[in-house]
Amino acid sequence: MHEFRVQVGPAAFRIGSAWKRPLDQLAELYRDYPVPEVPDYSVRLKAVSFWRRFIRPSVAINGDYMLPDAAPLPLVQGLLAAEMAMNLQMALGWRRHLLLHASAVEKNGRAVIMTGASGSGKSTLAAMLGCRGWRLMGDEFVLLDPVTGELAPFPRLISLKNEAIGAMQAMALDGRFGPLMTGTPKGNIRHLVPARDAIRSMAEPAQPALLLFPSFGFEPAVREISLSEVFMRLTQASTNYVALGERGFTTLTRFIKTVPARAIDYRDGQEAEALVDRLWSELA
Amino acid sequence: MTGSQPLKYKAEPADRLLVEPLDAITLIYQRRSGITHMVAEPVPEILTAMGSDVLDANAVAIRLASQFELNDAEAIHIVAARLEEMAALGLVERVHA
Repeated sequence: MHEFRVQVGPAAFRIGSAWKRPLDQLAELYRDYPVPEVPDYSVRLKAVSFWRRFIRPSVAINGDYMLPDAAPLPLVQGLLAAEMAMNLQMALGWRRHLLLHASAVEKNGRAVIMTGASGSGKSTLAAMLGCRGWRLMGDEFVLLDPVTGELAPFPRLISLKNEAIGAMQAMALDGRFGPLMTGTPKGNIRHLVPARDAIRSMAEPAQPALLLFPSFGFEPAVREISLSEVFMRLTQASTNYVALGERGFTTLTRFIKTVPARAIDYRDGQEAEALVDRLWSELA
Repeated sequence: MTGSQPLKYKAEPADRLLVEPLDAITLIYQRRSGITHMVAEPVPEILTAMGSDVLDANAVAIRLASQFELNDAEAIHIVAARLEEMAALGLVERVHA
């Protein structure tokens, strides 16, 4: 079994694999990240069966936390399997923070959080803003500290899907992309390494200052959202709200009562950036 | 309901609930169950009016009427229905004599 270790924000991972190639890809993409001594989670990429290690090799995800019916992926998508497995450990196992399925960027110690369904563009928006003067704090999970109310960065690789790949290739540096994986369960996927400053400062928290619910594909618009709707949407976006019990409740209610929230519609990156800048100066 | 005695209720003790009014909705986190309830008027008001007393719907309606403008006959009906819903959620307990 080959092994790779990486620290992303407060979480340390050990990834074991029956094959070397996915780990070499991880090592290349996570080259700027620290290597932890003691992992929080262990993830294993195993062959579906002994023979499938060699014939049409197929990767099954195994780890401290597992989904029993997760479908195996072909070996060329081993990198994706590792990233999915790391996400799964966080989603099912993390208890130190309230986890929101959201992206976040920071400026002057204050953060914009963007959340929404898959396809809303939250990940692409964060990646784009991360190339335009904001610090990327994370594109998948936002970690809220139950004691301080601050956001802990979790700047793992940005998972670009389909049209977002081309858009970001025009914006980010060549050497920071992973291999293009076609025909995955989510279409085409290519990973992007966050900017170096986002990785260097991944231990520095930020104060949440603005919450946005982006929707891609509509005429530009801004709508207010009631506190109760924000609460309902965020409990749906959280993977561990129930598991945290009272800490989850107090953390989330403090967050929604202190952070202004808006829904934004946009058709392209420029419109979205203009809306974010406007709301940032008006509300944050 | 037993005989002609009206059903009485006791509210979950206030120190076992975390109450956060948002807008038209109030959140109530119940420590005992770990469940977050999203409730609307008059549920939070009923809990406050009951305090730690054992009361029937009529008594609760009278207490609410002193704070709000309520039509007595209608108020008892509404309060009785809400109390039964709150009992199903575990926010009040039915007390049998």
